[in-house]
Amino acid sequence: MPKLKVNDIEVEVEDGLTVLQACEKAGAEIPRFCYHEKLSIAGNCRMCLVEMEKSPKPIASCAMPAAEGMNIKTNTPFVEKARKGVMEFLLANHPLDCPVCDQGGECDLQDQSMFYGVDKSRFKENKRAVPEKNMGPLIKTQMTRCIHCTRCVRFATEVAGVSELGAIGRGEDMQITTYLEHSMQSELSANVIDLCPVGALTSKPYVFEARPWELKKTETVDVMDAVGSNVRVDTYDWEVKRVLPIINEDINEEWISDKTRYACDGLLNQRLDTPFIKYNGKFEKASWSEVFKIIKSKFENSSKDKVCGFVGDLTNMETGYIFKEFFDRTLNNINYDSRSDNRYLDNSERENYIFNSSINGIEDSDLIFLIGANPRYEATILNARIRKAFVNNNTKVISLNDVGDLTYPYKNLDGQTQTIKTIFEGSEEISKEIISASKPMIIIGESLLKLNSSEQLFNLIKNFLKINNKFTEGWNPLNLLSCDAATVGNFDLGILNNEKNLLEELKSNKFEIVYLVGQDNLEFNKKDEFVIYQGSHGDKGAEIADIILPGSAYTEQDGYFTNLEGKMQKAYKASYPPGEAKEDWQIINELAEVMNNRKLFNDKEELESSMFNYLKLQKEKQININEKQKISDFQNEKLNIQIKDYYFSNVIARSSKTMIECNNSKLNIKSTGTEG
Amino acid sequence: MSLRRPAKNQPETFEFSSSSLKEANKIVLKYPEGKQQSAVMALLYIAQKQNDNWIPLAAMKYIAKFLDMPYIKVYEVATFYTMYNLSPVGKYFVQVCTTTPCMIRGANKLVEACKEKISDKENELSNDKSCSWMEVECLGACVNAPMMQINDNYYEDLDKEKTIEIFDKILKGEDPKPGSYRGRLNTEPENNRKTLMDTKNA
Repeated sequence: MPKLKVNDIEVEVEDGLTVLQACEKAGAEIPRFCYHEKLSIAGNCRMCLVEMEKSPKPIASCAMPAAEGMNIKTNTPFVEKARKGVMEFLLANHPLDCPVCDQGGECDLQDQSMFYGVDKSRFKENKRAVPEKNMGPLIKTQMTRCIHCTRCVRFATEVAGVSELGAIGRGEDMQITTYLEHSMQSELSANVIDLCPVGALTSKPYVFEARPWELKKTETVDVMDAVGSNVRVDTYDWEVKRVLPIINEDINEEWISDKTRYACDGLLNQRLDTPFIKYNGKFEKASWSEVFKIIKSKFENSSKDKVCGFVGDLTNMETGYIFKEFFDRTLNNINYDSRSDNRYLDNSERENYIFNSSINGIEDSDLIFLIGANPRYEATILNARIRKAFVNNNTKVISLNDVGDLTYPYKNLDGQTQTIKTIFEGSEEISKEIISASKPMIIIGESLLKLNSSEQLFNLIKNFLKINNKFTEGWNPLNLLSCDAATVGNFDLGILNNEKNLLEELKSNKFEIVYLVGQDNLEFNKKDEFVIYQGSHGDKGAEIADIILPGSAYTEQDGYFTNLEGKMQKAYKASYPPGEAKEDWQIINELAEVMNNRKLFNDKEELESSMFNYLKLQKEKQININEKQKISDFQNEKLNIQIKDYYFSNVIARSSKTMIECNNSKLNIKSTGTEG
Repeated sequence: MSLRRPAKNQPETFEFSSSSLKEANKIVLKYPEGKQQSAVMALLYIAQKQNDNWIPLAAMKYIAKFLDMPYIKVYEVATFYTMYNLSPVGKYFVQVCTTTPCMIRGANKLVEACKEKISDKENELSNDKSCSWMEVECLGACVNAPMMQINDNYYEDLDKEKTIEIFDKILKGEDPKPGSYRGRLNTEPENNRKTLMDTKNA
């Protein structure tokens, strides 16, 4: 623990930290361009120069390890002169086109030149011009503005794990480019836009849309996958202009996936903004009171066990809870479920459906075994963590299937369930590796749970881990990788029907009324069912509906989401629902009032407190399912990993033009075959 | 010096010949397991030698695969160092030293000869595509100035006529004799001088 002085303030820092970090600890702010906490140190921008006693020259604080007895000065004229000199060099070739630059207002170079910039340039020569580069449909380049901090290059190689960016040439001719100008093949690529301290890499879909000071900023959570990345939603009036990451060290660190960032333009398209009723196969606009009346008469004219309901993949927990209450209290019926497929789930214990080791735990793990999961597409941010663990600790990764490039090397097995069986019966080499690992992680994807013998396999894996004492106080090796934002929340709320298979009954057309809340993934042939669809987008669910109730998307209502680790986070309202649309819980509440002349809840607060109460009771209550269902004989199956189309995994993404472009650019690369 | 870009016309494929492969494997062996990427510069040079003094993109890809490293990293190295040629320079690559000692001893005459016999401009192929020339900084043979380098060999103590003679030979496909063109052995003193004190024959 070296002790040093920064501006005469004594600080003690941990071993291995740099002078820059010591200065920050002492409260002295150091300007920087190339240095970034999450990336390796490059030390090439020279902006962080400070004065060190006994050193004739200023030192680059980001690259200098803090040592015992150093005496650092950051506020002397000597330092200011050095930084001014550096800034003059940086500005020599930087076009001063801030008025037409999208980075304007949130540009590190602009901000720092306010302090260290010289008002006149001594550079009489022509400024250099660098041709623009093609970096795909998300990243707009203006490489003349580049100051060669190489943050983007380091991000691509270290975090994203795709070594496609590089600096070619040298000196004044240095350029940042992808190899032969292909677009970057990464689901994290757009993070380089946030990293770029100048306007060289900016967001293509957001180009010339708004200035940062015009936008209303709301900190909320993302629902594009089950990770629950923390994001900031920037809105201009009703429109969501962009989504940016905010730091949460436990979940997304500083990154978000491209889908999280760019599916937001799907919030503007295909929106349901008024109630609709289908007459003779055509949708016609209606008023809320009309549709409620029709729904009421429909419910009254059919027997209660002919009614069923499904909750979708993007609904928040309040909506799920009031939906459940609506069925329990208003309709006196438990025909509701949140699953759109026949997946195995034993919800008697919470650990059976969450990611128990936690995302942070990935970095402590010494063996990761992926079964039926492709984390790169199912949970991009989580995959970046696995890569981080691999880079830092050389964590061993095994996957049952060959799932293509995961951005880190892994050993793949044959993809047969027989292999899982033999491994978890303890007779394989890998069984011994799991036993000898101190903190193994078994990551089970949704694809495994959909198999015929999923129950046996799941219990076999769990028992194997139990027998070998892998469940310890600080470690739970069992991890379920959910794909959708609402999955864990719905399971916590018990929106499940374990008594009968609703899906099968739906497929055999046993119901008269089907109530869908944001559920677009059901596959059944509609016959005479009366379908009520409540949701934000006109998608598969709305297509088959007889009545459409326009709801809100995740940016338009407050609501809780539980991420795959079981962490509950609140998404805040950034915008308001379009047209006649209402918040989802409100619709159900009002419908209940029409049906029974009594609202389910007086207001949102009552709903929330009731929901928390329910969750608390669930936690305390140990549900014991004693009657063992008969287990059918094990049969070997090929485990196919079913991934929904990455760029079209939910209604918002399906309505997004940017996602279509991303998908197309990927397809083009595939079809030319020249990608190497 | 401008950014050297890869040539427009690129060969489709590249592979090490058996002798290059042998040499490359020998170099890779020098590095410890897992650090084979360190051999990239030597391998680029081998590829350049094999391919008439220039490195096509196919060779960069080949080397990237050979050393199991990302293409862009090889590309970065190849574009950084000026002694890797990224477009064809001909089978005979002439580098004329024009740094001060050579300049004083008449290097500009050598440049004239180049312009006459090879091409008007630097870095441009001769009519038969076998040869190109460029001015370079000191090649470290100031004692024998003026001089030039053709591929691996130094041609020293030149004047315009002798340079033209050499070019005539290489354009015919012959290999001219390297070394001094005033009959010196290496850098020995001329006119039988034995010591610096001996000013008799200076």
